[in-house]
Amino acid sequence: MKDAPLSNCERQFLLQAIEQKKRQDGRQTYDYRSIKITFGTEYGCCTVELGKTRVLSQVSCELASPKDSRPTEGLLFTNLELSQMASPAFEPSRQSELLVKLNRQLERCLRNSKCIDMESLCIISGEKVWQIRVDVHVLNYDGNLMDASSIAAITALSHFRRPDVSIQGQDITVHPAAERDPIPLSIYHMPISVSFAFFQQGTYLLVDPCEREERVMDGLLFIAMNKHREICSIQSSGGIMLLKEQVLRCSKIASVKVSEITELIHKALDNDKKVRKEGGKCGFAESMSKERITSLQTVESPVEMTDVQETAREIIHNAETPSETTLSPVLHAVGLGQVGEGVSSGWGVEEDEEDEGMEDQPERAEGSRKGDVVVISDSEEEEVVVLQ
Amino acid sequence: MAEEASHTFLRQFGCEQSLLSKPDGSASYFQGDTNVLSGVYGPAEVKVSKEIYDRATLEVLIQPKVGLPSVRERAREQCVRETCEAVLLSTLHPRSSLTLILQVIHDDGSLLSCCLNAACMALMDAGLPMSCLFCGITCSISVDGQIITDPTAEQEKESRALMTFAIDSAQKGVLMATTKGSFSVTELQECIAVSQKASERIFQFYRDSVFRRYSKIL
Repeated sequence: MKDAPLSNCERQFLLQAIEQKKRQDGRQTYDYRSIKITFGTEYGCCTVELGKTRVLSQVSCELASPKDSRPTEGLLFTNLELSQMASPAFEPSRQSELLVKLNRQLERCLRNSKCIDMESLCIISGEKVWQIRVDVHVLNYDGNLMDASSIAAITALSHFRRPDVSIQGQDITVHPAAERDPIPLSIYHMPISVSFAFFQQGTYLLVDPCEREERVMDGLLFIAMNKHREICSIQSSGGIMLLKEQVLRCSKIASVKVSEITELIHKALDNDKKVRKEGGKCGFAESMSKERITSLQTVESPVEMTDVQETAREIIHNAETPSETTLSPVLHAVGLGQVGEGVSSGWGVEEDEEDEGMEDQPERAEGSRKGDVVVISDSEEEEVVVLQ
Repeated sequence: MAEEASHTFLRQFGCEQSLLSKPDGSASYFQGDTNVLSGVYGPAEVKVSKEIYDRATLEVLIQPKVGLPSVRERAREQCVRETCEAVLLSTLHPRSSLTLILQVIHDDGSLLSCCLNAACMALMDAGLPMSCLFCGITCSISVDGQIITDPTAEQEKESRALMTFAIDSAQKGVLMATTKGSFSVTELQECIAVSQKASERIFQFYRDSVFRRYSKIL
């Protein structure tokens, strides 16, 4: 299914609004949409809502052997999925340009910025290391996927805990969560991507473009930065010429936004930690809004089973006894039998022979031993013929 | 059979509809900790290769949380698709496509039944014509022969047999059944009877949620 194209008048309207420093949703030029972070019941699972854009991130880990070039470092693997749920234009199992761009940028944002202590993921040098996998699923697409995914990925990584391991000689024991408390990853800093959309060959700039704004923009600039104002990666796409001042100004805006977002992530993480410590309920079900008219919940409800046995007995009693099917093996050829009904098998029987009656098969099969029937029999199977 | 157990439980369940802006219908359904998010697109333009001249083409996709969809997801997709095809009046939208996407958010047992319930809620939200509603119930038979409805992942692991039924709201008939493990005919009939009883709870919940949703408009 294709996405509905943007009409010319819509395009003009959007561009005019941007020229007048107005945005459809009433935001200012440098405003972010509201960000909401919720955690799942598992460690390392979170959803991030950026306005209407929604992404789900899940971190998992497994034991793997390290790369030969870096035997003491763990592995980090990121995978961003554009689910068809997010937009009908996203086709499953197709590497679109957007998908490649987002995956590459996310990888640069997380792996190349060295935000995780990879050496702490080593178990036995050169043999066993932890491989951390970050899966980001886009659930609803309303622009600025990169920022939402980078927030989701780094939040999930900070939330994640890997199982504890103990080593005795060459034996590695992975302790389940019930035995030993799982260990959080050591995270040096939190790179967060901030997107800038440029319009009219770089004359106008907007932070956090929504889907419609993304459709009319000329160019996009991603700046991934941490709260220490260190730029982790920067990428401009769309082929517009940016001036040095513009890039510097964008990096200044990014530093403000990044510190705001980092604070929000920390607040969300602390909140979740507190709830878990107190043994309260956590998970998406708890964060579901109860005030919404479209949501409803019920409490645990019992199902009565008292007369179930009688009902079952009655049904079985009343059921007609299945017609007695005699399971006589039918022999099509020597070494080939069929039990029960079904389509008559043509295995090992030449086409012109199928029409012949089954009664005379044993004799005929003996005659056709010379070659036209694939014979996979021996003396034992000829005894089966006697049964018929 | 354990005579003393006269009750089995459905975990706390709930649903939020229309939570995503892009799909025509969406729902997030949870049963205990199991949570599935679903989105429906359609009726929409269909690829020529998938076009069916007298009805709509239904596609079901189940996305696992980690990794890519595997054979297990394909098998579940088929179960859900066949159930939906049984109730959807797809002849009303010939030569069009319906796409149902289910995203597993958390699996804590009874995943297929949660997928079915989420699918039904999303189809309701999208306003697609259906002959009746359906719900999914998972039953497990523990080693000592006790029937547990809506089992958790742990209960599933300890069970001897696991069955999931899709039940329609009109006749409480079984639309789809999938089983794992071994059990007797009596046990199967008992599980169906229990599921039919449990389905009443879920259908009441559907009714309540629709009532709530339209209460302020009426």
